[in-house]
Amino acid sequence: MPYIPHTPDDVQVMLDAIGVARIEDLFDEIPAHLKAGALEKLPDGLTEMEVTALMSARARQDEGAVCFIGAGAYEHHIPAAVWEVATRGEYYTAYTPYQAEASQGTLQTIYEYQSMIAHLTGMDVSNASVYDGASGLAEAVLMALRANRKSKTNRVLMPTAVHPLYRRATRDIVTNQGVTIEEVPFCNERGVTSVDALAQYAGEDYAALVIAQPNFFGCLEDVDALTDWAHANNMLVIAVVNPTSLALLKPPGEWGENGVDIVVGEGQPLGVPLSSGGPYFGFMCCKQQHVRQMPGRIIGRTVDMDGKPGFALTLQAREQHIRRSKATSNICTNQGLAMTAATIYMSLLGADGLASVAGHCHANTNLLAEKLCSINGVTRRFASSTFHEVVIELPQSANLTLKALAAKNILGGYSLAPAYGFDNAMLICATEVRTLDEIEQYAAALAEVLA
Amino acid sequence: MNREAQLIFDVSKAGRRAFSQAPKPVADDKLSDLPAGLRRQSKPMLPEVSELQVVRHYTNLSSKNFAIDKQFYPLGSCTMKYNPRGANRAAMLPGFLKRHPLAPESHSQGYLACLFELQEFLKEVTGMKGVSLTPMAGAQGEFAGVAMIRAYHEARNDHARTEILVPEAAHGTNPATAVMCGYKVREVPVNNNGDVDLEALKAACGPQTAGLMMTNPSTCGVFERQIEAIAKAVHESGGLLYYDGANLNAILGKVRPGDMGFDVIHMNLHKTFATPHGGGGPGAGPVGVSERLKPFLPTPIVGQDGDSYRWLSDADLPQTIGHLSAFMGNAGVLLRAYYYARALGREGMLRVGEYSSLAANYMLKRLQQVGYTAAYPERRASHEFIITLAKESKAFDVSAMDVAKRLLDYNQHAPTTYFPLLVPECLLIEPTETETKEALDEFIDAMAKILEEARENPELVKGAPYSQPVRRLDDVRAARELNLVWKPA
Repeated sequence: MPYIPHTPDDVQVMLDAIGVARIEDLFDEIPAHLKAGALEKLPDGLTEMEVTALMSARARQDEGAVCFIGAGAYEHHIPAAVWEVATRGEYYTAYTPYQAEASQGTLQTIYEYQSMIAHLTGMDVSNASVYDGASGLAEAVLMALRANRKSKTNRVLMPTAVHPLYRRATRDIVTNQGVTIEEVPFCNERGVTSVDALAQYAGEDYAALVIAQPNFFGCLEDVDALTDWAHANNMLVIAVVNPTSLALLKPPGEWGENGVDIVVGEGQPLGVPLSSGGPYFGFMCCKQQHVRQMPGRIIGRTVDMDGKPGFALTLQAREQHIRRSKATSNICTNQGLAMTAATIYMSLLGADGLASVAGHCHANTNLLAEKLCSINGVTRRFASSTFHEVVIELPQSANLTLKALAAKNILGGYSLAPAYGFDNAMLICATEVRTLDEIEQYAAALAEVLA
Repeated sequence: MNREAQLIFDVSKAGRRAFSQAPKPVADDKLSDLPAGLRRQSKPMLPEVSELQVVRHYTNLSSKNFAIDKQFYPLGSCTMKYNPRGANRAAMLPGFLKRHPLAPESHSQGYLACLFELQEFLKEVTGMKGVSLTPMAGAQGEFAGVAMIRAYHEARNDHARTEILVPEAAHGTNPATAVMCGYKVREVPVNNNGDVDLEALKAACGPQTAGLMMTNPSTCGVFERQIEAIAKAVHESGGLLYYDGANLNAILGKVRPGDMGFDVIHMNLHKTFATPHGGGGPGAGPVGVSERLKPFLPTPIVGQDGDSYRWLSDADLPQTIGHLSAFMGNAGVLLRAYYYARALGREGMLRVGEYSSLAANYMLKRLQQVGYTAAYPERRASHEFIITLAKESKAFDVSAMDVAKRLLDYNQHAPTTYFPLLVPECLLIEPTETETKEALDEFIDAMAKILEEARENPELVKGAPYSQPVRRLDDVRAARELNLVWKPA
């Protein structure tokens, strides 16, 4: 029996101890007519060798393409040590650190993670992570509504230059709580959110302004001006940032005069594989004054009864298992394993290593954009500085172009047709793992497709 | 510096690096187009350490954890069963790991096939008519479920339904979820046998009832025998019935939520389908629905056209409650669950409920024999059961928490403590089907010894644990003198 260790003798001894004749007798409280049938639609069980062969064949089906898609998930080099250590059974098969004395490994790892993420974002505190960047933005919006005591409405300003999938998840998660998300258009020439576009909201009551850096188009926003504008209008600022970029770009804690209030983002670039979209983790940081409004697990350093330093879950009075219907969120886990991998990744890379990764991503994407834009009819869509993604405009449909490229095993980017109605535009990305050969191969393929 | 609590920052030294893990630095001129005003002025304080230091530090840290791979871990309501290593290897195959979440369907057929089949398997084992795999944890599955209940009522223009009912023994996530979906919460009492107080429930049902959230077997570790009457009462009032799948392991293969009358359920694949708990996540909380809730399922969902698979879009599901994450939820967890489902197959699936219930009932009986008090002695245990230390707490001043801590000294992970809240001084114990009888007996022996210690030397139990890296921690100080982030001295 797969994973069930009992011998027939064991079963008999256990049944005798209970005082029943058959295992079936243990289910005598369930009304007989409710009992399940034979589950006929399930296949026969397979051995480890058989399932492995089956899944290996499936995995191979999806291999072989060179990926230039970013759009919120990025292929980076992941040092071998990251997952070798993260999947040790002691991390992999432990649970939420409810018994702190027997969970110091997980607890200290989270404390170190919180420290690294807080330093990277320039913020005071961090939680132990949430599900992903998009749901993290939804949590940040709800948090801002609680934390902004000057605001009497349930309204938040959201630039349309924020990732469309983030905006969608945020809307779908917060909508039942009567939250209104007002979308702010971007500048059509520069692809950024301008303070001018915000002027119409000045003096009005919004709890927060969301600022993405880089924004979905890869463009760099004037974060200082946007942050100061929001604060001058009694709004909190929620920054949505790419963690790799923070090795080079000004951290949200230093935006404008006073820094932002809440930071969220997708942690995947920090050592988590693309893996079809998950498990990733969302990071979430804030100013000290808002920590009691933060959702999710938080770990604190303390001492034990002998005065020895140790780590424990803290501020649990915010959480659902204590506060039930009055909790800050229903979340009761973090993305522990992915967060552990990120902690190891950040330790291995350090500030300099992460800056190298960010620098190569920036340089590679610029090179890719340059090569593609040397093809007749291909141009950069926006006139702005970018980090490691660029929107390019094609002389024909982006959807059709991407399909033709995929047939050549090149995943050329992400079409802007569905979310923005830019039928000929797509978002491209070349991280540090893309080689010059691959970039040239892409340029040649695109030239063929457009010819 | 106390070496035992040494942080990675404590071993950091300026100028040290794990050189080969990062690419070589880029030339400054490649960065010159980044506006100076948007550049970072000072480096983030990340550790400066060698590869060996990192590996050694996190390996040593990991060894301070209890884990299923090391210890019996009978944490009630958490289903800490064996996590097959084969599942991990399969989910980490390069073709799966390197697949971009926005890759075209032409380059995703292998992955989509696994997910489509998993959807079908989950429908079959739960008796539900539609499944969406996307929620990233049980709590997000709950959110999706209650959001669908709300969408259903709203689609019928029934705006009077403002209340979600939950039994008082429910997980804290249930009321927290109802509030996140814009509902008020009304708690329903549970009687002395662990069943819902049916009359109180009937009285609570009305035109304001959007639905009832419940777990069955309940958080009291017993099967709710009146489930059909409960379903009838809720349905007659126009409300829907939500199944919290926390305890699905108990009835896998024995009785299906769909057959019990539930309209919507979530499953915890990190419990029932043996995916790892990872120190607190990631999990996966797929939702299943009855026919009438199918239009509202969260996307993405995998559909099948002839021989190929595709993502169902908004055009296929115009009434969907939408997306709960940027992409496809915890895709890698779903692959591990798929592996588990294929390894077990039909006959294996039928055994899960049987053998997890056998282990729990055996332990309950044996613990009663050594002197512990069952919270519901007249009832069968499901896959878990509750003992109450109310008596011992009075007689020896030894609490459930003390016993839990002392168990750590016997190299046994503690059961869930003080949940459900309505049973005083309780331990909720769930052995799972993957533990040997010898492992169960060792735990029972440890519990017998602790009871003896409580009688003869209660101070010993109250001071536990003694064998762990730290003793009991000062939670008050942790909350009052918040230290959440390391800063250089």
